[in-house]
Amino acid sequence: MIAEQTITWHVACSVEDIPENGGACALIENEQIAIYNFTRRGEWYATQNLCPHRQQMALSRGMIGSTGIENEPKVACPFHKKTFSLKSGECLSGDEYSIKTYLVKVENGQVFIGM
Amino acid sequence: MKKKIVVVGNGMVGYKFCEKLISKDVSKSFDLVVFGEESRPAYDRVHLSEYFAGKTAEDLTMAPSSWYKENGITLYLSDPVVDINREEKTVRSHHGIVENYDYLVLATGSAAFVPPIPGVEKDGVFVYRTIEDLDLMQSHAKKAKKGAVIGGGLLGLEAAKALLDLGLEETHVIEFAPRLMPRQIDEAGSKTLQSKLEALGLQIHLSKNTQEIIGNGVIESMKFADGSVLEVDMLVISAGIKPRDEVAKIAGLEVGTRGGIIVNDKLQTSDPNIFAIGECALAHQMIYGLVAPGYEMAEVVATSIVGGEKEFKPFDMSTKLKLIGIDVASFGDAFIQEPNAQTIVFENTAKGIYKRINISNDGKCLLGGVLVGDAEQYNMLLQNTKNKVLLPADPEDLMLGARGGAEQASSGVMALPDEALICSCEAVTKGSICHEIIENKVTTLDGIKKCTKAGTGCGGCVPMVKDLINETMKSQGVFVRNILCEHFDYTRQELFDLVKIKGYKTYDDVLDHLGKGDGCEVCKPAVASIIASLWNEMILEKNATVQDSNDRFLANIQKNGTYSVVPRIPGGEITPEKLIVIGQVAQKYNLYTKITGGQRIDLFGAHVSDLPDIWEELVNAGFESGHAYGKSLRTVKSCVGSTWCRFGVQDAVSFAIEVEERYRGLRSPHKLKSAVSGCTRECAEAQSKDFGIIATEKGWNLYVCGNGGVKPRHAELLATDIDSETCLKYIDRFLMFYIKTAEPLTRTAPWLDKMEGGINYLKSVIIDDALGMNAQFEQEMQFLVEAYKCEWKEVVTNPELRKRFTHFVNAPKMKDPYAKFEPMREQIKAAEWK
Repeated sequence: MIAEQTITWHVACSVEDIPENGGACALIENEQIAIYNFTRRGEWYATQNLCPHRQQMALSRGMIGSTGIENEPKVACPFHKKTFSLKSGECLSGDEYSIKTYLVKVENGQVFIGM
Repeated sequence: MKKKIVVVGNGMVGYKFCEKLISKDVSKSFDLVVFGEESRPAYDRVHLSEYFAGKTAEDLTMAPSSWYKENGITLYLSDPVVDINREEKTVRSHHGIVENYDYLVLATGSAAFVPPIPGVEKDGVFVYRTIEDLDLMQSHAKKAKKGAVIGGGLLGLEAAKALLDLGLEETHVIEFAPRLMPRQIDEAGSKTLQSKLEALGLQIHLSKNTQEIIGNGVIESMKFADGSVLEVDMLVISAGIKPRDEVAKIAGLEVGTRGGIIVNDKLQTSDPNIFAIGECALAHQMIYGLVAPGYEMAEVVATSIVGGEKEFKPFDMSTKLKLIGIDVASFGDAFIQEPNAQTIVFENTAKGIYKRINISNDGKCLLGGVLVGDAEQYNMLLQNTKNKVLLPADPEDLMLGARGGAEQASSGVMALPDEALICSCEAVTKGSICHEIIENKVTTLDGIKKCTKAGTGCGGCVPMVKDLINETMKSQGVFVRNILCEHFDYTRQELFDLVKIKGYKTYDDVLDHLGKGDGCEVCKPAVASIIASLWNEMILEKNATVQDSNDRFLANIQKNGTYSVVPRIPGGEITPEKLIVIGQVAQKYNLYTKITGGQRIDLFGAHVSDLPDIWEELVNAGFESGHAYGKSLRTVKSCVGSTWCRFGVQDAVSFAIEVEERYRGLRSPHKLKSAVSGCTRECAEAQSKDFGIIATEKGWNLYVCGNGGVKPRHAELLATDIDSETCLKYIDRFLMFYIKTAEPLTRTAPWLDKMEGGINYLKSVIIDDALGMNAQFEQEMQFLVEAYKCEWKEVVTNPELRKRFTHFVNAPKMKDPYAKFEPMREQIKAAEWK
């Protein structure tokens, strides 16, 4: 059975609020969401802001980049440089934990997060 | 239908069994159910004493609950198995859960053995086994001053370390035998260990038989058989272990007369469907009380359940451990002596080192030995013993290490046979590590850890694994070139020159023309640093998001996500007016204040959104950024010098200010520290700095490449009795040479260490202009000095840049509710992280 899930789109901020090739944090439904403007690839990503390693609200301040032949987009936590896939949320530094990822869309200069 | 395995016990060995089974059971033909008595999933009991040294329960956890879930394992915690029905093949738990099984694996471990001394039930008497035990000890220790441990063996000394870490004023170790660790080391080794432990503040009582624990409800003193009495308010009993075989006994399985579930070579109990592994199992008439044989048992049972053939052979009980910082190791046959063997003993009582090796009478091979105080050679000795490697003409070389330099030691790794066990915790051989390096091109330590698990247990073999990687690569003729990362096929020095020639000023330009992919957390800050070193432009204008968090927010990120602020105080000189401003700012924004080691003031706990306001007030009062966040010049310390000090021969403060203002904001491969001392007494500690200046009657002596930090190193003298102008000229040249040629994140000290020709070559470059680059170096430095602007002043006056300093883009005024503080000594500190 395929369960149908409804996605609610929340306005997060305007496009200019998120620095190019970097991230910033928005508060949506009382959750801290890190939003990344991957200008280089023309892509947007969103994840939880909390780094599961030391429970710090810091991923939005991390550096983004890519790794491997597949060019997997990733973010590195500024605290201890644990890296996570922006697509799957999987920890790429070999730890067990992972992070939540969210859908993002951009319309009329506004950034929306799907939850 | 799937078969079901029930594991009784969720300790290290029980967990390891699950891990091994999951990796072997590829077709997922088994269901796995685990019962654990404790409330948390299996944790690392070997490193339990680190709990008091700052590690958390989570740090010690082998795998989180989610791991069990992800692998389809049903985990019942706080619910020990109380009954086994062998007829119906079911187990029943304390909470009444009944599970049937096809195979049952008993991994119930052991409990602390508590001798029947009258009074053991009193408050303040503990055993040392679980995290709960530690929590109880910790809360009792708050009101305790004198503590004792019964037991001078391995576990007892671990417990004594715990008492030391808990900060007790006195810690006593009571041992029944006439010496410490009688099972692992010989008498002379015990003596060395004892004197080292006594030097650390432990009071050791040997040949003491505890007769009674006295006290009114709570322990007050201990009475011994010889009539003496010791006053203590806390006691830990660590006199040995007893296997947890209760449930096996109830089920009618055969147990040993002194405890332990009897198993055969396949680790089957008297019921062939029931296995026992770890410290509850009695194999070859003995209890294996170490983790490595426990893991091997887990391997044996996991293998045979999935249909393989494996037996548990008598296990080598060689061990190496660190007891309260002291290396203790024994390997092979540690006690064999004449006439059955020849022994070579080395003893250095001044340093507290004792080493003994036992060699065969024909002088051909190593049989075993003991190491106390220095066990660096343990792995080599153990491998030589196990593999019966032919001894060199002077076998003491093996024990005393490579006196002729590092080369000898590393050729040692390569001399081992492929079967040599490098990691005994995970049973990884040299051959399998080399296979990964050569065939699968795994050339990093992390990579080897991931694919072979070597080095993931006690970690003792990590240096050997590293050696093995380097040596194997060398032997393969691999030229190890330090390229930046997967995105740039250049060394930092090559990239530096290319960026300069092409005149690139943004990271994207550099990546587009010289790199591939989208960059990462390694190349981004490295390239950002090169660009800043070359052009000295405001780092947040074009390259904000390629900076590390500290540079991106021009402040140092701290434990709870807030930042610290360090205004520049050149030479450590500050007016009372400016001091008052710092105090007022700290008060207004509720910041924790501390004087730093570099004669400045650090203000902690600033919310990211407060940073521009804080700096606006500081800038208005005449402060500049201190660049404490950057890989750049930090501070130039100074002593008070000849202006006040009766010994001073030069004005150290004035010169320190001049030096600091010349190089402030200079971006470099790593941070730069400096100091100026006004006379030879060297109160500013200039010889521990990247560049340090010491006054002489005639001028200054210039020292370079010193370091405090992880690997302290005295600076080397570059030039003597030079005047101020020459001194600055030399520093210009030195810094530019360093900035151009060092690897990323390499301080000046390791940079010099790697330089061929060392300080003499450096002198020839800087003083004799051997490269013919000095005019250019000076010109480039002058350009950077003139381009300097205070970064914070620019942010404060630029509304666009100011906007970036928010936690929530959609609620710019709101602070991060997660950034929590706790009070401490009338100030605040960051809430402890998990």
